[in-house]
Amino acid sequence: MGKRRLPAALPAAAARSLPEAAGTLAAAKLIPAAAPALRQDYGSRRAPHSASRLGTPPASPLSPRPPAGRRAALGLVTLLSFASRFHRLPEPPHVCWDETHFGKMGSYYINRTFFFDVHPPLGKMLIGLAGYLSGYDGTFPFQKPGDRYEQHNYMGMRGFCAFLGSCLVPFAYLTVLELSKSLPAALLTAFILIFDTGCITLSQYILLDPILMFFLMGAVLSMVKCNSCADRPFSASWWLWLSLTGVNLAGAMGVKFVGLFVVLLVGLNTINDLWDLLGNLNLSLVTFGKHFLARVLCLILLPLTLYMAMFAVHFAVLNKSGPGDGFFSSAFQSQLIGNNLHNVSIPERESYLHKDLNNLWIIKKHDSDAADLSDSSSPVEFVRHGDIIRLEHKETSRNLHSHQHEAPLTRKHFQVTGYGINGTGDSNDFWRIEVVGRRAGRLIKVLRSKIRLTHVATGCILGSSGKTLPKWGWEQVEVTCTPYVKETPNSLWNFEDHINPKLPNISLDVLKPSFVEILLESHMVMIRGNSGLKPKDNEVTSKPWHWPINYQGLRFSGVNETDYRVYLLGNPVVWWLNLFTIGLYLLIAISTAVALKRGVQLTSEHKGELSRVVLCGGGQVALGWLLHYLPFFMMGRVLYFHHYFPAMLFSSMLTGITWDTLLKFFSQFLSPSTTARRVYEGGIVALILLIVYSFYLFHPLSYGMIGPMASDPSSPMAGLRWMDSWEF
Amino acid sequence: MAAAARRSPLACLEALSLAGTLPLALCGSHSLLGQTFDRMLGFLKNPVVVTAEINLSLVALTVMGLMSRLWGLSYPRAVVFDEVYYGQFVSLYMKRIFFVDDSGPPLGHMLLALGGYLGGFDGNFLWNRIGAEYSMNVPVCSLRFLPALAGALCIPLAYQILVELHFSHCAALGAALLILLENSLITQSRFMLLESILIFFILLAVLSYLKFYNLQRHSSFSGRWCFWLLLTGVACSCAVGVKYMGLFTYMLLLAIAGLHFWHMLGDRTLSNVSLVCHFLARGLALLVIPVAMYLSFFYVHLALLYRSGPHDQIMTSAFQASLEGGLARITQGQPLEVAYGSQITLRNVLGKPMQCWLHSHTNTYPIRYENGRGSSHQQQVTCYPFKDVNNWWIVKDPGMQQLVVSNPPRPVRHGHIVQLVHGITTRYLNTHDVAAPLSPHSQEVSCYIDYNISMPAQNLWRVVKHNILHLKLFISACYLSHCSNSESLLFTFFFQWKILTLKNEDTEHKYSSSALDWITMDTNIAYWLHPTSGAQIHLLGNVCTWASANVAAVVYTCLSLWYLIRRRRKIYDIPEDAWQLWVSAGQICVGGWVVNYLPFFLMEKTLFLYHYLPALTFQILLIPIVLQHLSDHLCRSLLSKSMFSALVVAWFSSVCFAYRTFSPVTYGEPLSVAELKDLRWKDSWNILIRKQGR
Repeated sequence: MGKRRLPAALPAAAARSLPEAAGTLAAAKLIPAAAPALRQDYGSRRAPHSASRLGTPPASPLSPRPPAGRRAALGLVTLLSFASRFHRLPEPPHVCWDETHFGKMGSYYINRTFFFDVHPPLGKMLIGLAGYLSGYDGTFPFQKPGDRYEQHNYMGMRGFCAFLGSCLVPFAYLTVLELSKSLPAALLTAFILIFDTGCITLSQYILLDPILMFFLMGAVLSMVKCNSCADRPFSASWWLWLSLTGVNLAGAMGVKFVGLFVVLLVGLNTINDLWDLLGNLNLSLVTFGKHFLARVLCLILLPLTLYMAMFAVHFAVLNKSGPGDGFFSSAFQSQLIGNNLHNVSIPERESYLHKDLNNLWIIKKHDSDAADLSDSSSPVEFVRHGDIIRLEHKETSRNLHSHQHEAPLTRKHFQVTGYGINGTGDSNDFWRIEVVGRRAGRLIKVLRSKIRLTHVATGCILGSSGKTLPKWGWEQVEVTCTPYVKETPNSLWNFEDHINPKLPNISLDVLKPSFVEILLESHMVMIRGNSGLKPKDNEVTSKPWHWPINYQGLRFSGVNETDYRVYLLGNPVVWWLNLFTIGLYLLIAISTAVALKRGVQLTSEHKGELSRVVLCGGGQVALGWLLHYLPFFMMGRVLYFHHYFPAMLFSSMLTGITWDTLLKFFSQFLSPSTTARRVYEGGIVALILLIVYSFYLFHPLSYGMIGPMASDPSSPMAGLRWMDSWEF
Repeated sequence: MAAAARRSPLACLEALSLAGTLPLALCGSHSLLGQTFDRMLGFLKNPVVVTAEINLSLVALTVMGLMSRLWGLSYPRAVVFDEVYYGQFVSLYMKRIFFVDDSGPPLGHMLLALGGYLGGFDGNFLWNRIGAEYSMNVPVCSLRFLPALAGALCIPLAYQILVELHFSHCAALGAALLILLENSLITQSRFMLLESILIFFILLAVLSYLKFYNLQRHSSFSGRWCFWLLLTGVACSCAVGVKYMGLFTYMLLLAIAGLHFWHMLGDRTLSNVSLVCHFLARGLALLVIPVAMYLSFFYVHLALLYRSGPHDQIMTSAFQASLEGGLARITQGQPLEVAYGSQITLRNVLGKPMQCWLHSHTNTYPIRYENGRGSSHQQQVTCYPFKDVNNWWIVKDPGMQQLVVSNPPRPVRHGHIVQLVHGITTRYLNTHDVAAPLSPHSQEVSCYIDYNISMPAQNLWRVVKHNILHLKLFISACYLSHCSNSESLLFTFFFQWKILTLKNEDTEHKYSSSALDWITMDTNIAYWLHPTSGAQIHLLGNVCTWASANVAAVVYTCLSLWYLIRRRRKIYDIPEDAWQLWVSAGQICVGGWVVNYLPFFLMEKTLFLYHYLPALTFQILLIPIVLQHLSDHLCRSLLSKSMFSALVVAWFSSVCFAYRTFSPVTYGEPLSVAELKDLRWKDSWNILIRKQGR
């Protein structure tokens, strides 16, 4: 009997559920708490090994110990950030948008039910853990958006996400402070993020995005901090920040594959770093080797170990059969409690996604009818690689047959049918059985061997086309015989159920796939799932160019006037400022680069400032923006507005740095230094006030609107629907 | 034939390196630029001398190239592979019938058509099957001549490129010979296909840029400098005009030009003004002119094709009306503006998946659909792709009873509310809160039948003008808004394409391959098979060259990394100028290979082996570069140098051997079954072997 894996395209909205993890979360939560403490650590400690590394500017206008003003500012932005994210957090008390997926997946972790999702497990495990710790019992079904939570405790999960979302602001503040050494720039960035309606909305619900962005910003902050420790390599703080970078990278990758972009950013930074070290002839090759190994350890091995640990926890927690079984191979399914692979049976000619008796086939030799199972006298003959066999359907006694007729849906393939009566057919019933990657004569094993069935007469290969047959075919998946001899997963099959009374039954442990195999398989499944999320015809999808201009938001909750409506949309003033600033930055960066290249006379202070802040600091952030934005143009999968938010974080940091530099640069031309200072500070304050005022206008987007739509003058949003594409 | 130019005071002769195609074309105009009148009269004082220097090896290479590509060009006298596809376009050009090829820009097709035009082809051939015999009216030879010529000219171009990269004559000769003996390039050149033309323009662009760059140091803004700069832009736009793939090389050259300009910025001896001039010259030649030329290809395309044809429908109605025949016959003499009482047809502007007209007929919607949803059982309104009397509607003013055109006619304006009456059945176009048959989220559109039930007619429509209205009222689906009794509710709905016969094109092809197969040449394409004898033509590369090209790329990458790291530690293994040569050669050759190859991993279209040929060409150019570098810098002693040369000779003989072995399937010579079986060096190659006795 034969059975293949599901070749069919994965359903777009797959099932989802909740996690239950331990170690990883603890590590993650350490970061915000550790941050302020470490900053003090910096100033006071002089590392013994202060190799004269590339001209890292002597912490220029900064005193070694952060002045009280900076700590107060950090406290202020942190407070404001938490206040804005936790304000009206319980509202609305029903399932919003993708909470239906991620909340459900959290529940799956609590219930330990196996499920499938296109994202890696960490985010959902953390949600599950948060729910578990806050006393949620995993019983709420999360069926569809709009379902009321009633007595179920959902605040733990929302609070957890809001907490991580709030941490983004201090992270961005510290990053910008480190890059620009300028308090106003850091404050501007922080205020942009605090008062962006989009960031607030996205942080207030049970979603993966706040978790992803937390790790992402954590990685960027640790990377920047580590860079500024470069003059004290191998000191305790250097090691700490380097390993924290690695931990955060693992976290970002573990939540969504988008984390790959930040890995790329850190990777490029590290290559650049190592390249500089290599060019420093004061460093011996041995020291360079140490530097290299330290980075391999902290940025490759550590994240990889953590990442695998996440999956180990994931598979250890989810040990019950559930909605995700069908996406995985038979060998994997045999590991799940409640998935009775070894005593029921399956596949049939039509690739059928569920298991029933019509899936059983009997293997016969092509030239004899022999081997009735009940005849105990005949010896067992094992099927080997390269044998020519006949497959007789157990229920109907017809042979698996193919011939040169068009298949019903895939015209270029041959049709596959059941032929003959009581097992007598013709030469078109013969199939050659081949194990992938084996030589002739080897035995074929249940579950583990991936086999290919080649039709002897026409040379075509039995495969599943992945198309669903219409009603007459019971909406099962089409099976064809493809004449194109290519290696595709659709033409690989494995034996799943195997009944032969003459053979000893084995225990399932023999079949148990190793952890590495499970890991690889789950990644293949996730990648296929991701690329399977194709937009349907006619479906209006969000395009990447929509995002920076804040073209269209997402309805989180409610549609009609009577509903409690939450609309994910960036604060237009902030977003358009960001967009404008990107152009401005490009202009400034190009003119700076050209001026430096042409050797234009500048004071050395200007030169250092411009190249360090604009080109290095701004460049890093701009690179981050590019890496988190451009790849979306090449993606074929369905895209949503919220995919832009990681890029938006970088864009906001760039805005802070650019405006600070610009104002500083131009105010220096004003004659009395007091006026210059006033203009500079006034400019920053004006920008901040503008942002706060725009937030005052648009805050109902995040905190909920009830009542008439914006077109009605009595609505709180009246007159604010500046673009027709906004749906509020 | 390449000839270096020698100038007498007046007469200057420059035979361009383009193998005699442009013989003595350009007198170095720059030499005239700075000359005074006095010097112009120099011929009175000195004798007029013409000295020409001809590089005979280049001439020999060109002749060999022409022979290899043009030999027996009209064999086989049958449609070979994609000729079946390009031939249709050539026929349409010959007949001047309008078409749009969505797969690429028109220059390539026009060049092929030029061959047909010169051969006097009348376009009468049915291009329907690969392997079909050509009828007598098809000038096979001249149709295939231009691609073959372009393929042959790639050989001297390769030679020149290596010379301009400052490599030795020997290396240049090697590059040209490797291109000459590359079976896949020969096969691809010998038929009516576009790749060889594309490769020709790509190489021409690279060569022109190198010539320009080498002139840069000594004679900026000279005539020759300008000529090569302009030729770079022109060749780039031609490459893009032949196939969009040319864009990759164009981008590469732009990037290299940008890099070179960036280095110039650092040169403090240049004034700001001259830098701006340099910048503007490059911008003009490499950006403005290519764009203008690219647009001109389309202009020529449209100017040539003035007759209506099968592809009219994807264009707007206004455009169609400009073609001879087709829509113009109908629209001739119609009133421009739509007035109340006008009879009109409504075409969906988007025209996707195909154009159709708003249509109705006496049939009603089924009371229940297959999936159990109910309908209004009103008269069906559909979108019909053919012209039909049932497509006619009359515009009616809701405030008036009669349909007739008032005198003077009252034109319909933007924002007016109208009713649309179906001409044949005289029912009103209606929509109501009933789910549409296939898109339950949209409302059903029907022609209202008064069943006398509690479902009032909602047949008022507001005309939202989106385009300039010519005689037809273009209503794009989303702008047809409906106003019901009191509130004006906007309903967006789509005229669903209701005929489900259109299925997605199957992208699978017997000879399609993945980009990864190309490097190792695990795949081939059977181009043609003789109906009776075993003669067949395959796109199959020179195994030896492909393998060596891969090795060269790997060696280049490893050596570069090694040098880079060592240089970073201030250890200089090779002299600085040798390093500069090595880098600039890498920029072109490795860069060219990368940009022409890697993008295919991101593409979702059906891929074939021939997509790899431009990348391969660059990779082949790298082989002699690496070989010369190894010989110059890594073989220190005389003994090792001669051993290395011996090895190179041995290797080159194996290239020749592989060429000889596979030339039967390159040129389509008849082969026995045993010979064919011997040629199947890899199991994955699909060489067609007939079963005995058939």
